[in-house]
Amino acid sequence: MSIMDYNGGALIGMKGKDCVAIATDKRFGIQAQTVSLDFTKVFQINPHTYMGFPGLATDIFTVYEKIMFRKRLYELKENRKISPKALASMVSNLLYENRFSPFFVEPMIVALDEVTLEPYMCDMDLIGCVNKSDNFVVGGTSSSQLYGLCEALWEPDMEEDQLFETISQALVSACNRDAISGWGAKVYIIKKDKIIVRDIKTRMD
Amino acid sequence: MATERYSFSLTTFSPSGKLVQIEYALAAVSAGAASVGIKASNGVVVATENKRKSLLYETTVEKVQKITPNIGMVYSGMGPDYRLLVRKARKEAAQYQLKFEEEIPTALLVQEVASVMQEYTQSGGVRPFGVSLLVCGWDKTGPKLYQCDPSGAFFAWKATALGKNYVNSKQFLEKRYKEDLELEDAIHTAILALKEGFEGQMTADNIEVGVCRKNRHDEIIFEKLDQQQVADYLANIPN
Repeated sequence: MSIMDYNGGALIGMKGKDCVAIATDKRFGIQAQTVSLDFTKVFQINPHTYMGFPGLATDIFTVYEKIMFRKRLYELKENRKISPKALASMVSNLLYENRFSPFFVEPMIVALDEVTLEPYMCDMDLIGCVNKSDNFVVGGTSSSQLYGLCEALWEPDMEEDQLFETISQALVSACNRDAISGWGAKVYIIKKDKIIVRDIKTRMD
Repeated sequence: MATERYSFSLTTFSPSGKLVQIEYALAAVSAGAASVGIKASNGVVVATENKRKSLLYETTVEKVQKITPNIGMVYSGMGPDYRLLVRKARKEAAQYQLKFEEEIPTALLVQEVASVMQEYTQSGGVRPFGVSLLVCGWDKTGPKLYQCDPSGAFFAWKATALGKNYVNSKQFLEKRYKEDLELEDAIHTAILALKEGFEGQMTADNIEVGVCRKNRHDEIIFEKLDQQQVADYLANIPN
């Protein structure tokens, strides 16, 4: 078993019309043994910038703190909010600096640009190869199930309600087919004037 | 003389609180060829003298240098010192570009270059730079013009002058500057300001002009005007 699958987890990012969404499951486990049910893997970086971290739980916190360190330094130096694109490049660099002893996380960035409010979404592998996406990004132990569901359910220009419905459905259904993901989920819809956060119920077995 | 006692080490203050070596560096700048910079509503211009010492010179070394696609530099003072700063500035800009996939903001580049200049006032075995820089750039915060001194101090200007006769040139600019100045007028004014203290005939091959402006495709770029373009501006100036 890969170290990437040690703790389990499922994450999705999706683009809608002038809005983006990110969803995470809540399980934290050690291999097949479930330990905790409130482990969300999504963090707010800026008012409209969110990041999701699928992978090894310990590295999730390490990488998150390292990113926040660099991001705060950037924002102090530049006296402005970091753009999602610059953030992606920064995270990519951070991961590639550890090319030969990598952090076992594959971060995703789901955001509206803090100035232009343009939707931006990408994910990357554990050494920082960025994959920009205009529809959806998936990550975690159920990524193959998530790919299938997102490909089936996603359509362009979804409004906030439909986007919520689609992303929730994709996450819940994928978790049903993965033994180490699920146990509750959290969905964030990011719009220019508000952020909607909803907890959703899933099977608890 | 008493001041000579404080001339050996840069890190020694004189009793009056001065660092004389830095003042000597500024004197080297004031003795150097004149350069001017003006910020306009739709761009920035920098211009400098580049006189040939002899008729036998084939080409001269270029004083106006591009740092990134939208930032350029010129100097008054010592040429060799300037080249080192240009190299450091380009390296800093390239590193920033690699890190964030964005062009470096002008203010940040100036800060980095100024830090280098400051370091050379406090390190052992070195002397301060014998140059002051004019850095012009245009980023998300708009067109900008900065001056960087040997001490590591930097200033943002609407218009300024460096080098020989800079006091008079600055007075000239104070009289000529308007808030809503257009780039074309700014270029004209910059050349006029250079002409103020110019010795001999000003021609297209003894001055250099660099501008930061939007090109045909609406991209912001820094470019050096070629000899023909400079000659066209000179043609509009009465002798």
